[in-house]
Amino acid sequence: MPAAAVAADWPGGYWWHWLFYSVAIIGFLLTMVMGAIYLERRGMGRMQSRLGPNRTGPFGLLQPVADAVKVLLKENIVPTAADKIVHFVAPIVAFAPVLMILAVLPIMNGAVLADLNIGILYIVAVSSIGTVGVFMAGWGSGNKYSLLGAMRNVAAVVSYEIPMVLAIVGVVLFAGSLTISDIIAKQDIPFILMQPLGFLLFFAAACAEINRSPFDLFEADQELVAGYMTEYSGMKFAMFYLVEYAEAIAMSAVITTIFLSGWRGPWLPPWLWFILKTFAVFFLMIWTRTTLPRVRIDQLMAFAWKFLFPLAIINLFVTAIQVLAWPDALPWFLIFINFAVMGVLVLIWSKFFRLGWGRVQV
Amino acid sequence: MTTTEELTLHTEPFVLNFGPVHPSTHGVFRMRCTLDGEVVLDIEPVFGYLHRGVEKLAEERTYTGFIPLTDRLDYISPMSNNLGYCLAVEKLAGIKVPERAEYIRVIMAELQRLANHCIAVGSMLNDAGAYYTPFMYAFREREKIIDLFDMVSGQRLTYNYMRIGGVSQDIPAEFLPALKKIISRLKKWVEEYEVLLKQNEILLARAKGVGILAKEIAVNCGISGPVARASGVKRDVRKDDPYSIYDRFQFDIPTGEAGDCYDRYRVRIEEMRQSLRILEQAVPQIPGGAVKADVPHLIRPPAGDAYAHIESPKGELGYYLVSDNSIAPYRCHVRPTSLINLTALREMVKGWKVADLILIFGSIDITMGEVDR
Repeated sequence: MPAAAVAADWPGGYWWHWLFYSVAIIGFLLTMVMGAIYLERRGMGRMQSRLGPNRTGPFGLLQPVADAVKVLLKENIVPTAADKIVHFVAPIVAFAPVLMILAVLPIMNGAVLADLNIGILYIVAVSSIGTVGVFMAGWGSGNKYSLLGAMRNVAAVVSYEIPMVLAIVGVVLFAGSLTISDIIAKQDIPFILMQPLGFLLFFAAACAEINRSPFDLFEADQELVAGYMTEYSGMKFAMFYLVEYAEAIAMSAVITTIFLSGWRGPWLPPWLWFILKTFAVFFLMIWTRTTLPRVRIDQLMAFAWKFLFPLAIINLFVTAIQVLAWPDALPWFLIFINFAVMGVLVLIWSKFFRLGWGRVQV
Repeated sequence: MTTTEELTLHTEPFVLNFGPVHPSTHGVFRMRCTLDGEVVLDIEPVFGYLHRGVEKLAEERTYTGFIPLTDRLDYISPMSNNLGYCLAVEKLAGIKVPERAEYIRVIMAELQRLANHCIAVGSMLNDAGAYYTPFMYAFREREKIIDLFDMVSGQRLTYNYMRIGGVSQDIPAEFLPALKKIISRLKKWVEEYEVLLKQNEILLARAKGVGILAKEIAVNCGISGPVARASGVKRDVRKDDPYSIYDRFQFDIPTGEAGDCYDRYRVRIEEMRQSLRILEQAVPQIPGGAVKADVPHLIRPPAGDAYAHIESPKGELGYYLVSDNSIAPYRCHVRPTSLINLTALREMVKGWKVADLILIFGSIDITMGEVDR
């Protein structure tokens, strides 16, 4: 059902519709973030052969609550050298885009704040606004570690936006629409099967954009202490912490929507399918974080431009040919063809491409 | 017309302090780095934040009374520090150590090498940005070794187990069975751990060819231990100037070729295998008898001097003692491995990036207690 029709049916019209969904989105996001933090800490504990938090509440379930209370009570410190206004505004600027992404993602059929006809384009455009907040934090802190972290963030986001968009274009070609609800409706076969390479490219690019391992260079605690967050404490630190998890949840939700057929699924209620799939993608991020070391900044850039970008172009080309060949309905055997294409391309390209870069001449 | 000069982006170097308080400076080391963006143009190592005047303290204590302070030098591997110091005093005073004590000492020293390398490789991978997973696995194994040290000395950090003329007490009955179990466990673990590096593309890209230390520079700077051996310097005090009973055991000296971070990691992994080999030989040979020579508590070595050195997990660790026939050393000097291994750091990191700087520093494996003394 189109969004306009839903909104018009609401008693009181659009305003109630907006208010209800805004509160629901914030509530949903905060609950998901708490779940994500719990899952990450316990999951990583298990993977790293240690326990993880298990004292607060049954199975440590109240740990995120205890953490929230702790950061709320902590002192808010602003360095003398900081640009105080920029330092204050940065976490808010970073947080806003996450909410904006979730505004167009349907949790179940019709349960969406705005079903835009340019939905996917909107997501791509909005998702990179968070960079402004991160750069403000890095610049406004008056700290060289923070600045280095912020510069890395800008470099990475500018580069990774391109393979990310190209990966999405493959999905858009298959769906024949930019509207999120149409993309979900077209996924009788989830697009992860039809576009496996697109999924990999999008996942890598999303991890780089939202500061997840192995691309977590903006924070890089071993190198930059905490990168752009170094000078943040108390509530403002909590905001950044929230942003980090919220971004991961939002990106997992985007991947769920465009590659895993969103809320669709048998037996279980649609919203539960959506949450389960989102957490499954998030779990993949936890897994990579626990397994892989971090790449260097030049390797990060090289990976975007020399590995992801050419593969994304080829993937787009192959997809376009398939759409031309089968304009009405996509046959199921494309799954095997696309998986084969992915395997061959990744193998060949990894022979051409080496992450190692070498010493810089000085 | 636009010239090449105009097209070049002019950048301005800036100074960034890494440490003394930084998550990756292994304690309180400070690197004053001149950076051009992410590129390291130069560094100026600054140390002394942990300076405690240990060598001076030695002159104020009895020969025996200094042993606990050697624990605090390289607190990652106190057994080796105990051993180095005791060997120097024994050489100075001409004390013969009982056979059983020699075996126990070798077992402890090799276990200490394993425990140290667990931290060395674990923290190096952590410095490469791995999110504590390899670190935790390495610590899990180290804890098993610490359990053994706990069994013999009652301590888990500063063991203070070696004594002049032997060791403080005999090993308990349950020690050897537990040791055998740990040897087989560690053998499997080392194999498993090595796979982490060999099959991880990111780690290879981060470590291979990074932070190369040329053989000549290593020799000229007096670098020793795994860092020197990774650069192809085949030197090991256990072979070149055997002390204790090391000449009775079969083991190899692993060396690298490139002298990069990858080789330093690989050499340490191979050294762990060799240590396990020594332990396997030592356990069945261990004889009965006393574990300490009949040495008075207040030793008065004849006037003179002595230098004893050992192959500690980090490299050559030496103690130079001068005696004036009193109950305290007239002069004590430690040849610290970590400090000397740091001297080539500047050469190793120039031209690399900030992320490499941390990895290269981690691959040297230093303990600040030993650097600052």
